[in-house]
Amino acid sequence: MNLISMEGITKTFGRVVANKEIRFQVKHGEIHALLGENGAGKSTLVNMLSGIYTPDSGSIFIRGKAVKLTSPRAALHAGIGMIHQHFKLVEVMTAKENILLGQKSSFFIRDEQLTQKIKEFSHRFQLDVDPNKKVYDMSVGEKQTLEILKVLYRGANILILDEPTAVLTPQETQKLFQIMLKMKEEGCAVIFITHKMNEVLAISDRITVLRKGETVKTVNTGETTTQELAELMVGHPVNLAIKREEATPGKVLLEVKDLIVESEERVKALKGVSFSLAAGEILGVAGVAGSGQKELCEAIAGLYPVKSGEVFFKGENLVGLSPRQIITRGISMSFVPEDRLGMGLVASMDMVDNLILKEYQNQKGLLINRKPAAAKSKNIIQKLEISTPGIHHPIKELSGGNIQKVLLGRELDSNPDLLITAYPVRGLDINVSYKIYELINAEKKKGVAVLFIGEDLDVLLELCDRIMVLCGGEITGILAAKQATKEQLGLLMAGEKNGKREDTELA
Amino acid sequence: MNTTAIVFFLEAAIVSGTPLLFATLGEIITERAGNLNLGVEGMMLMGAVSGFYIGLISQNPGLALLAAMVAGAAGALIYAVLTVSLRANQVVTGLALTIFGGGFSGFMGQRLVGEVAPESIKLAFKPFVVPVLGQIPFVGKIFFQQDFFVYLSYLTAILVGLYLYKTRIGLNLRAVGENPAAADAASISVSLYKYAHILLGGALCGLGGAYLSLVYVPAWQENVTAGRGWIAVALVIFATWNPYKALIGAYLFGGLDIIGFRIQGIGFPVSQYMIDMLPYLVTILVLVVVSLKKSQENSPPKGLGIAYFREER
Repeated sequence: MNLISMEGITKTFGRVVANKEIRFQVKHGEIHALLGENGAGKSTLVNMLSGIYTPDSGSIFIRGKAVKLTSPRAALHAGIGMIHQHFKLVEVMTAKENILLGQKSSFFIRDEQLTQKIKEFSHRFQLDVDPNKKVYDMSVGEKQTLEILKVLYRGANILILDEPTAVLTPQETQKLFQIMLKMKEEGCAVIFITHKMNEVLAISDRITVLRKGETVKTVNTGETTTQELAELMVGHPVNLAIKREEATPGKVLLEVKDLIVESEERVKALKGVSFSLAAGEILGVAGVAGSGQKELCEAIAGLYPVKSGEVFFKGENLVGLSPRQIITRGISMSFVPEDRLGMGLVASMDMVDNLILKEYQNQKGLLINRKPAAAKSKNIIQKLEISTPGIHHPIKELSGGNIQKVLLGRELDSNPDLLITAYPVRGLDINVSYKIYELINAEKKKGVAVLFIGEDLDVLLELCDRIMVLCGGEITGILAAKQATKEQLGLLMAGEKNGKREDTELA
Repeated sequence: MNTTAIVFFLEAAIVSGTPLLFATLGEIITERAGNLNLGVEGMMLMGAVSGFYIGLISQNPGLALLAAMVAGAAGALIYAVLTVSLRANQVVTGLALTIFGGGFSGFMGQRLVGEVAPESIKLAFKPFVVPVLGQIPFVGKIFFQQDFFVYLSYLTAILVGLYLYKTRIGLNLRAVGENPAAADAASISVSLYKYAHILLGGALCGLGGAYLSLVYVPAWQENVTAGRGWIAVALVIFATWNPYKALIGAYLFGGLDIIGFRIQGIGFPVSQYMIDMLPYLVTILVLVVVSLKKSQENSPPKGLGIAYFREER
């Protein structure tokens, strides 16, 4: 008998059909991966299991019994606990308080008893959590562990993880896999969403592939290959190798020297960063989230105050120039934050207006002429294969991947000499990701210097010429991508400078 | 000024701070649920006029208090329906509630102008000395020779503090205000918590209003709150959403409110207008200081002012 069985599940949002007649089954004690492109309906499907959405039609059976999961409470009652992509934790509270939230227990909080119980739980599942640590003091990995502990404490035995590895270092990912295997050992079922295929093959027992809101196939992990999975996801054969355009680096375009920036709380976000970047070169930046990547991008783009140090671009010091002046010198930045919207685009405006945001100064006259931007929008839609009802559709209603394409399309449109792109494929499926890698490679070929801030080490290794690793605002190493290994990068990301350091400064 | 005068001044500051304290506690509870209700002034006025009116016709202090709380909660209910169920903009709704409350009290109060609170109620809210505590030198005179209402406000502040920090429901409430999605995922009913605490907050604001019309003045006068609701909104920030600090803030502002008479009383030449500006000046100063001092613990509930919708992407 199946532990979970979802039959004929359909869910629509307005005119968009997110899930159509989905069939999905999970067995006891298995790790089941849910694989699919962006907008394939993975998150929608699991959100219906966790009681966030209610299906329009279809039925859900748990342990053979039909259930109506109308709220997170109902889902939890059925034993389903979900670890969301964005953690559902209250930052100002301690781990303990977060675990206690919404629990039925005594009217007054019994501190001792609770701490004891949490310790027992963390021991049993080998989850390392300090009950009295505030969430805002925790690393991403710790937060995730806490989330898992939280749902287990509530008696969940079916665990859903929505893209859990997106924010973790390779070491943290390994730790998470250990935890998942431990869950399996304890008889829990784990459903895990990802688009990183190597992870799927490494950890799962079975894989269900979704495409465009429909179930394509469920396969046993042992009997499949990356190639087959990719084809199932996309619907046609794909070439999975990222082609590295052979580098013929030109002149050094960007030279950063001893860059120090401070946040508003007077914490040093970059502690003396120095590197150079040549035309026709892709410099990858690796590091755990929050190691100073954002501050580095923003400091170069003139959005973040520089405490000391210099940023030379074509021999000119950019420090002190306004963002607008920096843009006119040929620097373009696209940053995709975790929530994918917060930066660069105005969610409620349409594509045309978002394009105009960056170029209205170049227009003459008092009134805005939307025609050139409209033409460009159509062009970008075609070039990047953006699926949208039209150029006048508010972009917040597009899927995350399409929003990112709009952002990148706009930045490439300005024909920059230096392209700074941070997490351009964050949360994107392989099809779109490869499209974006191609675009970046095309820029490189044109002689554009690219600063590529990424999360997927495999991609960094394949795409970039050199990889710079940031840890806590410092450069722990700059490696030539061809010789570097993931393990080396992982160690550097964790702050170990004794990983083989190789300063391959290109002249 | 001699010691006796200072003690008298502090005692009066407590009295003057009491309506502020009720309103501030009410707004703290509301904001802890993630709702910024700028209708404090309106709810206070509704409580003031309803409490006074019912007190006048029933001569019963208990009924008067109940009426004030119901009126304040009724005002809050309008706000709650609009902002929680219909997800209307909280600022606009709150401002509308203030205007509505002003109109409501003006209309209801037309026939009450010049009326004085009945003897039975004046008697019920007469200052009395708390045994033992009232005998402590200075402190006793300042804090424990007050009326029932003032003691009720001490108790309310302490209870709200215990509720927020020591109980499970209080913990859930804080989670709703900080991160409603997290609370929802933890199977806390976000709407229920918001409704309950907005209404409770409104009831406390109503009590604050009733103190003004029934005890402080004690007669009906148009616009009896005179901007105290707005000071309460600022006091919430001053107190960094902490009911214990609200005690300090309320008495500080209560003191500022009455300092004019005292200074003039000792023959210090200062314009009444300057003194009237004092509480607001201090409010601005406090806002500046609070926003300079950034800390995770003292920052506003993160979900404040944002409507929660589970299926929002």
